[in-house]
Amino acid sequence: MTHNAVEVRGLRKRYGEVTAVDGLDLTIRRGEVFGLLGPNGAGKSTTVEILQGHRARDGGEVSVLGADPATAGRAWRSRVGIVWQDESAPAELTVRETVAHFARYYPAPRDPEAVISLVGLEAKRDQRVKALSGGQRRRLDVALGVIGGPELLLLDEPTTGFDPAARRQFWELIRLLAAEGTTIVLTTHYLEEAEALADRLAVIKRGRVVAEGEPGELRARFGTGATVEWTGPDGAPRRVRTATPTRTVTELAARTGGEVPGLRVTRPTLEDVYLRLTGQVTDADDGGGDDGGGAGGAPRTEESR
Amino acid sequence: MSGGATPAALPGAWSLGLRRGALEIRQFVRQRDAVVFTFAFPVVFLALFASIFHDTVEGSGVTASQLYAAGMVAAGIMSTSFQSLGISIAVERDEKVLRRLRGTPMPPASYFFGKVWLVLVTGLAETAVLLLVGTVVFDLDLPASAAKWFAFAWIFALGLTGCALLGIAVSSLPRSGKSASSVVVLPFLILQFISGVFIPVGQIPGWLLDVGALFPLKWMCQGLRGVFLPESAAVLEQAGDWEYGKVALVLGAWVLGGLALCLLTFRWKGRRDG
Repeated sequence: MTHNAVEVRGLRKRYGEVTAVDGLDLTIRRGEVFGLLGPNGAGKSTTVEILQGHRARDGGEVSVLGADPATAGRAWRSRVGIVWQDESAPAELTVRETVAHFARYYPAPRDPEAVISLVGLEAKRDQRVKALSGGQRRRLDVALGVIGGPELLLLDEPTTGFDPAARRQFWELIRLLAAEGTTIVLTTHYLEEAEALADRLAVIKRGRVVAEGEPGELRARFGTGATVEWTGPDGAPRRVRTATPTRTVTELAARTGGEVPGLRVTRPTLEDVYLRLTGQVTDADDGGGDDGGGAGGAPRTEESR
Repeated sequence: MSGGATPAALPGAWSLGLRRGALEIRQFVRQRDAVVFTFAFPVVFLALFASIFHDTVEGSGVTASQLYAAGMVAAGIMSTSFQSLGISIAVERDEKVLRRLRGTPMPPASYFFGKVWLVLVTGLAETAVLLLVGTVVFDLDLPASAAKWFAFAWIFALGLTGCALLGIAVSSLPRSGKSASSVVVLPFLILQFISGVFIPVGQIPGWLLDVGALFPLKWMCQGLRGVFLPESAAVLEQAGDWEYGKVALVLGAWVLGGLALCLLTFRWKGRRDG
């Protein structure tokens, strides 16, 4: 038995001329919350659909809970919960009827009433599905995803279209499930979501993993250096990226002979790291403005790896 | 449900099929417009045609109304099976209800068992309504002999099953749920014109009748006329006889062919879902 919930080696998938997944490797441990992060079209959804067993792959090895999803049977399906972006539940049934009915499909389901409470739909349990709001439907989707008591829960962009309050409520739900020991894999293009939820995450770009690790680790590894900002003698804002911010500030202080006007030192956020890794922001955009000429030769950091 | 000795045992396909059937019927009944559409359509057509054409058909001892009543029962069976499944499954596929089911450990057979129960219950209800209207308003006589009731039973069962399978197969044709009703209703409407539902077989050109004879509806109509009309009316048939043997053969062939077609073409995902 493997300790990993998901193992993917060299996964490939093409749609006609377009290569959606191009030699992707992933290792997801049991019990962790894993975030797949990337811009639209990076191959996140395709990867998750292959993990679910709903899409055939063109190459590579995939093992989910010790089985190949392409050929796994009913027993395997009962151990994997799925929450899609765009599913619909039967409109004419009530929340309670729907959850109780789906519970019947599984060998050892959770208690439907408890699951309805878990996702916060107690007040709506006798409402027809068609009368639910969008956010409430997503909660029902999650209820149907976890009703079988899955060991692994796969969520594809679960909070797309949520308002900030609904998103935070949803995060609480995911944390609750994670605390119960469910392995959770979620795709998102919201970086804050990945940072708030994921124990580890992988950044995907053009069908490949370009970075993988704990959020803090990624920030440390790919977001070296700091940005020092101040106001120059001519009143114009100055900015410089440096690996040695203390030295830069000391030099600045020596030059101005006291307080440096408008001084600000910032470390890169995970978002800066993410945007640079996925090529949505280049170093040219980022370093813009003053190239640091006034900072007295502070060394620029190498950004790309 | 099986007992608790082996807690990890997966529930059986048959018992889940029963539950799905109950669920399907509950959903159907709650969609008031679908209920009205399904049940009222054949009744309205029966009322229209049987009221407009009601003269006695020469040399046959039956009225045009009686002919229509028998044919409309056949059309009602096809409407609750072929038409309602063809549309509803296409919509369920488009709305990804099917894909969600496929992501659960539900055995695929349970889904189809559930549809069978739905079609059986609605088909029986539809037939009962049409027979009620036919006997009360349009002088249709219920069969007097056990042999005729037996013929009715097997024509109903084979016709309903064949048309249901054909409906499941045709549900894969529409590109979206929205286009489903036109894709499914048009061929059904054409068949009703060339199979002896709307127009008596004596007035349909032979080649059109031959086209209709390739499909189940013509044989269901013919068999049911045999069940509900006096023997004297057999002269109106193409062959001058009810041809029960041929009816059983064609309907049986459609059950087998329809099953093969379903197994070959059924998709859990929409075209755009790859």
